[in-house]
Amino acid sequence: MTGSLKIAVVEPDRDRAMLIVDGLREAGDYEVAVVGDAAALARKIAELAPDLVLIDLENPSRDTLEELATASTPLERPVAMFVDRSEDALTKAAIEAGVSAYVVDGLKKERIKPILDAAITRFNMVSRIRKELDATKAALAERKMIDRAKGVLMSARGLSEDEAYSLLRKTAMDQGKRIAEVASALVTAAELLK
Amino acid sequence: MSLSAIECGFIPLVDSAPLVVARELGFAAEEGLDLRLHKERSWSALRDKLAFGRLDAAHMLAPAPVAMSMGLGGMPMRIDALSVLSINGDVVCVSPELASKMRDNGLPPDLLAAEGIGRSLIAAAPRPLKIGVPFPFSMHAELLYYWFGALGLAAPQELVVRTVPPPLMGEAMAAGEIDAFCVGEPWGSVAVSKGVAELVMPACAIWAFAPEKVLAVRHDWVGERPDAAEALMRAVWRAGRWLAEPGNAMTAAEFLSRAAYLDIGSYAIERTLAGRVVVSESGEERAAPRLIAFFDGAATFPWRSQAVWIATRLAERNGLDRAEAARAGRSCFRSDLYRAHLGPIGADLPMSSEKLEGSLTERTRVASSTGEMMLGPDRFFDGRVFDPETASGARSD
Repeated sequence: MTGSLKIAVVEPDRDRAMLIVDGLREAGDYEVAVVGDAAALARKIAELAPDLVLIDLENPSRDTLEELATASTPLERPVAMFVDRSEDALTKAAIEAGVSAYVVDGLKKERIKPILDAAITRFNMVSRIRKELDATKAALAERKMIDRAKGVLMSARGLSEDEAYSLLRKTAMDQGKRIAEVASALVTAAELLK
Repeated sequence: MSLSAIECGFIPLVDSAPLVVARELGFAAEEGLDLRLHKERSWSALRDKLAFGRLDAAHMLAPAPVAMSMGLGGMPMRIDALSVLSINGDVVCVSPELASKMRDNGLPPDLLAAEGIGRSLIAAAPRPLKIGVPFPFSMHAELLYYWFGALGLAAPQELVVRTVPPPLMGEAMAAGEIDAFCVGEPWGSVAVSKGVAELVMPACAIWAFAPEKVLAVRHDWVGERPDAAEALMRAVWRAGRWLAEPGNAMTAAEFLSRAAYLDIGSYAIERTLAGRVVVSESGEERAAPRLIAFFDGAATFPWRSQAVWIATRLAERNGLDRAEAARAGRSCFRSDLYRAHLGPIGADLPMSSEKLEGSLTERTRVASSTGEMMLGPDRFFDGRVFDPETASGARSD
């Protein structure tokens, strides 16, 4: 049988899901569906009846998928997590990239490999993008907090913006803390004193 | 002396306490171990990382290594339970609507009246009764199947046990995916405080001495790092003994409440350690004797009869050979290593590694390697006694 395989990607974040789907479509002629809703996961998967399910290793909903690997599955087809000790490098790469794959029993290894390869590449890309995004968000949040703290000092003590920043920096150095931490403590205290 | 590193995974639950205490109070360091604890987000992730060697050891649901050793589930592999980390600790919660129907039907005042509470629940519940558990291979699932099975509710026609991650239980209940759930504390009491569910019974009412979590490692790892395995067993056993001192609950709760572990207020944890549960949204608390145990009554001993109970129950539901399942179960509960490593540091050792499960209605004095020890109670709510030998066909009488 050479019909196109049906793949379900379980991913609540739409942008991440699309990146993975695009990668899989580039890799071959696959029918790819995304499941985002965690509450009805088992039912959705049963309706889709995919040949292969891809999910982030760290997704808390993975335990729900584990039901598919037991005898009376909603799929009524045995499913196993992809484990192939003869392909140790591939399995290892999948774990490192945070991909877990549930495969319907009997699916041939040579049909799984290109899918996993594509998934690994995309999961790695997604995780890089996520790290960048998190770092940017954290930096922005810190900057905002420091701006608010400067504002508090400027109005409470009549300092200029530069003086306010110098005071924050000096306090942080004296206390061995990060400027953002001092700023956050100041803003919290100022709110309490309002 | 440089410490030998052990990567150990856990799920944020009160019963991860022996591992947290072993690290935080230095029991692990005293044994020459740098016990590194990794908080995992699902039982599947924990298991996969253990199986692939990213973790050396794990806080695992007692039925999980038995199931894996039997070849069940998504990751068949030989996993050993070195010791039992905790006894009991789960609670049964139902939706507020179901709770109110149960009250209308009449509910026994005794929080441990498993038969009366079960009958009231069955009378009030829709068919099939859908009940959430954290993992398919869990004591939660085993206890529910046992409880409802003994009361005549047939699975899967009238009873559907579904896996739902504990943080999503409330949502799943609101969406009508489940009518009730069974989770480990403190998450049951936390859901009750939020008004999401009502607590009807601690699961120890079903089986008074259910092995809940075990210290799990790969079978091969024991052979590769025998000294580390021994040191880990000793550190965790000492942590369990410390946890059993009543005066230590507050300190233990403080450790567990930290961001690296449970990341919730220490009061909810201390309440569990003190054997109390929250039963209503208004915060009403009730005492639940033996809600959770870490040491007393040979709590940490990996009884092979417990493993056989789990294995034969799993075999029955999954259509597998009981004798073969019992063999796999027996070999994965390492009472042999427990005797060898913990006997010399003072652990009470029972004369046999198997017992009749459910035969003790009271705390009972029995003979042990050092004289005598206290065991039990370990009764099942329906009074049945489980004989591991006849159950697995090892004895043909």
